[in-house]
Amino acid sequence: MDKPLLSVRNLTIDIPVGGGTLHAVRGIDFDLNRGETLCIVGESGSGKSLTSLALMGLLGKNIRRSADRMDFDGTDLITAGPRKMRALRGGRISMIFQEPMTSLNPAYTIGDQLTEALLLHRKVGREAARARAVELLEKVGITAAESRLSQYPHQLSGGLRQRVMIAMALMCEPELIIADEPTTALDVTIQAQILRLLYDLGREMNMAMILITHDLGVVARVADKVAVMYAGELVETGSAQEVFGAPAHPYTRGLLRCIPLPGKTERGSELGTIPGIVPSLIGDVEGCAFRTRCPHALPECRAEIPRRGAGEHLFRCVHPDGAVSAEDVPA
Amino acid sequence: MLTFILKRLGLAVLVALTVSFISFVLLFLAGDPAAALAGETASGEDIEAIRRLYGFDRPMLVQYVDWLYSAVRGDFGESYYFRLPVASLIAERLSVTMTLGVCGITFALLTAVPLGVAAAIRPNSIIDRVALFLSVAGQAMPSFWFGLILIVVFAIQLGWLPPSGASSPAHFIMPTIVLGYYAMPAIMRLTRAGMLEVLSSDYIRTARAKGAPEGRVLFRHALRNAIIPVVSLAAVQMGFMLGGSIVVESIFALHGAGYLAWESIARNDLPTVQALILVFSMFYIVFTFLADVLNAWLDPRMRSS
Repeated sequence: MDKPLLSVRNLTIDIPVGGGTLHAVRGIDFDLNRGETLCIVGESGSGKSLTSLALMGLLGKNIRRSADRMDFDGTDLITAGPRKMRALRGGRISMIFQEPMTSLNPAYTIGDQLTEALLLHRKVGREAARARAVELLEKVGITAAESRLSQYPHQLSGGLRQRVMIAMALMCEPELIIADEPTTALDVTIQAQILRLLYDLGREMNMAMILITHDLGVVARVADKVAVMYAGELVETGSAQEVFGAPAHPYTRGLLRCIPLPGKTERGSELGTIPGIVPSLIGDVEGCAFRTRCPHALPECRAEIPRRGAGEHLFRCVHPDGAVSAEDVPA
Repeated sequence: MLTFILKRLGLAVLVALTVSFISFVLLFLAGDPAAALAGETASGEDIEAIRRLYGFDRPMLVQYVDWLYSAVRGDFGESYYFRLPVASLIAERLSVTMTLGVCGITFALLTAVPLGVAAAIRPNSIIDRVALFLSVAGQAMPSFWFGLILIVVFAIQLGWLPPSGASSPAHFIMPTIVLGYYAMPAIMRLTRAGMLEVLSSDYIRTARAKGAPEGRVLFRHALRNAIIPVVSLAAVQMGFMLGGSIVVESIFALHGAGYLAWESIARNDLPTVQALILVFSMFYIVFTFLADVLNAWLDPRMRSS
């Protein structure tokens, strides 16, 4: 296979807080090829959004980011200056945020906001940009696209706004699109629609996609690769089949037990939960962050955790098989 | 947009009528105008004669309609003290006041908005501290004191500027600074607070994610939204400057409308006071209306509400 489009090694994000440092993201590694979809799953506060903002270079001023390697198609994202990052953002990497209600500027028309990135990054005229905007609005399933250009965000529903956000992210035909829980704020009925649309468009334009979500049902349908994140670490990464078919890390198995599957989960049976809460990440974090909630925790979990696995399917656990043998067959 | 403007215009007219009625009635509550006009030594018959002469014996509503009808045509009657038509008296004074007010608000906006934006971009930086110091000082210093200090330094010690009068543009420099500095702190703080809030909003992150240059993010995406409350405040400040610059006009001996108001109240010059109240309220109403229109242009959500 070619060189990956995006390659991240040992990405670490620290946030200074009153009374110490919050080690929000610790040593993340992943690769993403062109056209591939990587799903990062994990619960709230596990550092998924911070990771995506770190890639975009959009972390707050006081947040510290470091990495051994953060390479996007030959550009080192760590050392790239503001000008270089601006050229990438919106042009070659774009992002869809989770709050469609507040992510559009209330003062400008949909048309102005759609064409902005294209006019900034590509040498096109206003007319061509508007034509492209209409084309994409139609593509994301918005009717009367032409007349929408002169509308303002407050005149659109949440679902429509998120479609606009998607169209906006696609304007420059980026090579990488980062979607941070793009459907969280929407009605359940629209969620599946929007995701399907995003996925199909990604395929059509051969874009790589990082989809951040906590909806495992979505992941199972669209992901090529899955990265399971817990308390700032990737506890398990691999292809979708590997992670879903043979989840190695106890946390991944716990997550999978939390979702009911039609046909598999017995009616009336109790849904799985993961007892306990996410540990504080302020101060030094040692060993496995999941050990306080893990049914298979050992004293060794406090020490350095080895990386195990073969090929692309990797996980971090003291148990050579992630203690899979100690459990019943996963749901 | 047009319906919005018409609605606001209708509202403005209603407010203007209400204000005119209140100002008319209030002056009658202040005392018997006929007695005041006649003076302390006048006899009962003299007062009665004056009452009939000026029409104070008619029902109040009749007097109001009569007064309003003339006022709309620009006839505010004759000043009791100056024995001149009130309209020409005010018109003559108004040019000074308007020059001062326009200069004052321009000075205030030109210092407050850039300072507020700069302070919001780097909160707690040196420039933020300087802005905070200037605004606290501006709020704490009484206008008359600041005005006198300026006169002592720039007119008396350095001799750069004339201390009083209104005969050249140079005469307006110090009054402009005093008046503008009075309005600056509130505008600066509102700009700073608005920018801070807007800069942390999701749509600014979106703009940055599009790769928009920082200047474009700040001025096109952020300032347009942050400036909306500032427009409303500036309109009120502007109205205040045109009507309430009495102190500044007195210090620098600028004989403007504010000074005339003070003189007329002291002399119980009823027609002049009434006319001035009406004119000053009209300024407020006109500027509020203009601010509403400007805000509707800035913020499309206001047009539909």
